[in-house]
Amino acid sequence: MRYILAFIWRYKYFFLFLALEIASIALIINKSYYQQSVITNATDGFTGGIYNTWSDISSYFKLKKENERLANENARLWQKLTDSQLTTDTATRRVKDTLYGQQYTYTVAKVISNSTTLRNNYIMLNKGRRHGIVRDMAVFNPNGIVGTVVSVSDNFSWVMSMLNQHTKLSARINRLNQMGTIVWNGGSPAIGTLLDIPAHVKIKKGDTISTSGFSHIFPEGIMAGTVEKIYVESGDHFYTIDFRFSADLNSLQYVYVVKNLLREEEIDLSKNVVNE
Amino acid sequence: MNSTYGKDILRFFVLIALQVLLLDHVNLGGYINPSLYVFFILLLPFEVPGWVLLISAFLIGLGVDIFSNSTGLNAAASVFMAYIRPWVVRRAGAPADYEGNLKPGIADMGFRWFLLYSLILIFAHQLVLSLLDAFRFAEIGMISIRLLLSTLFTLSLVIIAEYLFMRRRK
Repeated sequence: MRYILAFIWRYKYFFLFLALEIASIALIINKSYYQQSVITNATDGFTGGIYNTWSDISSYFKLKKENERLANENARLWQKLTDSQLTTDTATRRVKDTLYGQQYTYTVAKVISNSTTLRNNYIMLNKGRRHGIVRDMAVFNPNGIVGTVVSVSDNFSWVMSMLNQHTKLSARINRLNQMGTIVWNGGSPAIGTLLDIPAHVKIKKGDTISTSGFSHIFPEGIMAGTVEKIYVESGDHFYTIDFRFSADLNSLQYVYVVKNLLREEEIDLSKNVVNE
Repeated sequence: MNSTYGKDILRFFVLIALQVLLLDHVNLGGYINPSLYVFFILLLPFEVPGWVLLISAFLIGLGVDIFSNSTGLNAAASVFMAYIRPWVVRRAGAPADYEGNLKPGIADMGFRWFLLYSLILIFAHQLVLSLLDAFRFAEIGMISIRLLLSTLFTLSLVIIAEYLFMRRRK
């Protein structure tokens, strides 16, 4: 026993080093969403408060760009209003529209912390449970997709950025209606990868990619990006398509958080089928 | 005790704030992220006890982690860097006229000594950081480029910071 103690004492710094490294690596490996939400809750008030103040200050420097973005979006929404469409039908009748109920609701949130340099990047928003944010809500900005909510505390929420190795999002090439999966292979924060498009379809550089709505999270038709590079890995029957994200994930300021009101129903239905 | 470590404690908090509020938002070329906070570990006095060195490195890493939601990543890298520091100090050459009051820095040890010392330690730190972050050997090319550039960028910042806050010798 005495020898063991003496041995440990002799290499005490090495054992301390080992203990601290094991603690750190345990933290990295065991970072489940649950744990993350516990950490978010515990450090919420402190880090969130600091980030809030900081983003209040720094957002002043981006006001001009943000205004432009909003003005553009307003213009686009004006176009969709029925008022700006020509009425060709002169008869008026009222239809009680039960076909188009509301499926998605939108909340505006501000990005208060963001990273793009890591392999797994996360974004923090200044809205949380209290504002109706829950897990698995989609996040996008006027330019395109941004990420998915993975953990929520009372006042804040963490969003898994598109720039994350766990990102997997169903999307399609608009011109051809071909379905694929968006992932991020690391490297440049401006470039994402679209997989699973069969190699026989003819894709062109510049084709636009948007969400398919099959994920139960994102509404259909939210812009993802434009095709940049198309190639087939050797031995593969599917394209690997590098595309440029339409949203600049490094300059996010305000984002929309989308709730799919019918998500439970969609998932329940698919569960029934799988279980049979 | 206080007078010895007062500056280091101040540096600890200032560097965490600088790292999470400013430097974590700096991305040169998309994915080069400088980690200036290791400046704290570089500048701890030579005679600092081993356990203080290791635990303070763990704490500053964890501090940065909490803010950037990368739990454990920076802590692991800093602890590794702190652990090899005494070895690097010996390798880089112990101070020739050791009077017990020298500090690791350009003022006391000279530019070449400090450059070599920082280069090795920052490289070790970035190596652990990028390996743990990616953890996939398929991306080895990307990792090495990022490792190299991040090391050089952090090193330049450390040298600049060292010149800015250098203790003038009489």
